Amino acid sequence: MSSTGTGIQPPPQVIEAARSPVMASAFAARTKVLPILELALLIAASIAPLVLRDYITVYATRVLILCLFALSFDLVWGYAGILSLGQSLFFGMAGYAVALLSRDFGVESIFAVLPAGSLIGLVAALLLAGSLLLGRHPSSVVFVSLGTMTGAYAADRLARGSHYLGGQNGIPSIPPMTIGSHEMSEGPGFYYLVLAILVLIYLMSRFLLRSQFGLALAGLRENEQRIAFFGYKVQHLKAIIFAISGAIAGTAGSLYAFHEGFVWTNMLGVVMSTQVVLYVLFGGSGTLIGAVIGTAIVEGLSFWLSDNYRDIWPIILGVLLLLVIMFRPLGLISLVLGERERVGHFGPGVKEKRNAAP
Amino acid sequence: MPLLEAVDISKVFGKLTALDGAALTVGEKEFHGLIGPNGSGKSTLMKCLAGALVPTRGKVTFINTDVTSLTPPERARAGMSLKFQITAVLPTLTLYDNILLALQARSSLLDLAFSRSRGRLHEEVMTMLLQFRLADRAFDAAATLSHGQQQWLEIAMALACRPRLLLLDEPTGGMSLEERRVTGELLQPIKQHCSLVIVEHDLDFIRDICDRLTVLDQGKVLASGTVAEIQVNRSVQEIYLRRA
Repeated sequence: MSSTGTGIQPPPQVIEAARSPVMASAFAARTKVLPILELALLIAASIAPLVLRDYITVYATRVLILCLFALSFDLVWGYAGILSLGQSLFFGMAGYAVALLSRDFGVESIFAVLPAGSLIGLVAALLLAGSLLLGRHPSSVVFVSLGTMTGAYAADRLARGSHYLGGQNGIPSIPPMTIGSHEMSEGPGFYYLVLAILVLIYLMSRFLLRSQFGLALAGLRENEQRIAFFGYKVQHLKAIIFAISGAIAGTAGSLYAFHEGFVWTNMLGVVMSTQVVLYVLFGGSGTLIGAVIGTAIVEGLSFWLSDNYRDIWPIILGVLLLLVIMFRPLGLISLVLGERERVGHFGPGVKEKRNAAP
Repeated sequence: MPLLEAVDISKVFGKLTALDGAALTVGEKEFHGLIGPNGSGKSTLMKCLAGALVPTRGKVTFINTDVTSLTPPERARAGMSLKFQITAVLPTLTLYDNILLALQARSSLLDLAFSRSRGRLHEEVMTMLLQFRLADRAFDAAATLSHGQQQWLEIAMALACRPRLLLLDEPTGGMSLEERRVTGELLQPIKQHCSLVIVEHDLDFIRDICDRLTVLDQGKVLASGTVAEIQVNRSVQEIYLRRA
């Protein structure tokens, strides 16, 4: 194996030119919509409980938890091209697990239940990845999507039939989560807790997706076969992102269980899995902010529509979703975000670009 | 010991026998052309070499290792690199990122997650782009390139994996005369460190850059030898005259 880079000896002027930063200056002129959008949403979310009535804040908390869940699906579908139609499996299993921890062991501390929830999601996703993704040869999208959906469907059925898991009714009256001696009941306190977790996980995902690992994922999504010929172990990449996504879904599931105060079989099944697909498609997959916006708008709309058009609101919502998917297949986010910024770039960092600006 | 040795390669698709006992030997730093009429099995043989297809019968040895049943990533890691017949650059990524993606394939996952090899690889990426005359487009999406430029980008990506052997399937397909000439120039310096197997319809191009040729016809090797030998070979002349 050649040890001198590509092994080619380029003429000296080529090396000189490669060191020059002029090449990067093309970036400098482009305006950035994404950071502005992210900041605006963060500010809006931070002041929301101050201006909203309490029952809406409670509803908004649930929406934030669902945003976290949507992020987990966006990571696998929007960034790695794995169509997981069983994302609710991790969400629901974590929800049930923390409900059982509380019911049978009296554990409600946030420092126990949240890690437990993420761990359950992570392990479940790894197990599923082991059977669906980690063959010697890459598995097809259809195989993975049907496999994950079957998993969710089976879990839903099992939970319905299990006396231990409360059958059709699920597990009711979960006591509040605790931080030390403080009980987290629904309201602004819980809202800010969820917001903080969402922002933290959002930033961590953002960091990962903009790293060279993110570039490998972009390659995976665009042309899996091509990057295998570069030497990437595509099955491993998929399993890793799938596991991370499972952990995030698990975190969301455990928060959801304590916020709602009960868990039931829908959390595990295809209803929830489908819902999260809609959130992400509506907002725009392949951008983290798209998943958040999609969830917030779909949930916000259903809240408002169901208040004002009591009987036909699901039809109106369905038509709206259809319109977006027909005319904006890249989601609402594509109204404000160009392709270049959506895909992003992984080359020279911000610092180099700044130096390059004339 | 040759770098690559493929012996008795057969590939059967249902009733169609695409390859019937073909063979190929490529030495170190040798440019080897694979020619033959349409449907003679050139692309199939390339795919069997790269691991995109598993031959029905036969054995491929690469750097003294039997690679016949290895997957494409395993072969890539062993030092083999393929440029597809249909251009397969990643259209929404920038040229820079296309090359970086190829270069970083051997970084560890932890290095990737914390972008530790990004700085180190910057110079290499730009050198590749400059060499393939694409540096001024570095931060445009690959989809915006002309067809010929996309082919160059692909060759650059295939080379970025630092292969010992580069497999090029019709690199000049759809190129203008000028672009072909430049492609020939771009490939010359590779010889210092890398062997090449190239499938190509343009015989002038092949004659200019290759050391040895193998001629396939109906899945079998018709002739193999230096360019001069093949040029005077009667049966080769016949098949090309027959089809002309």
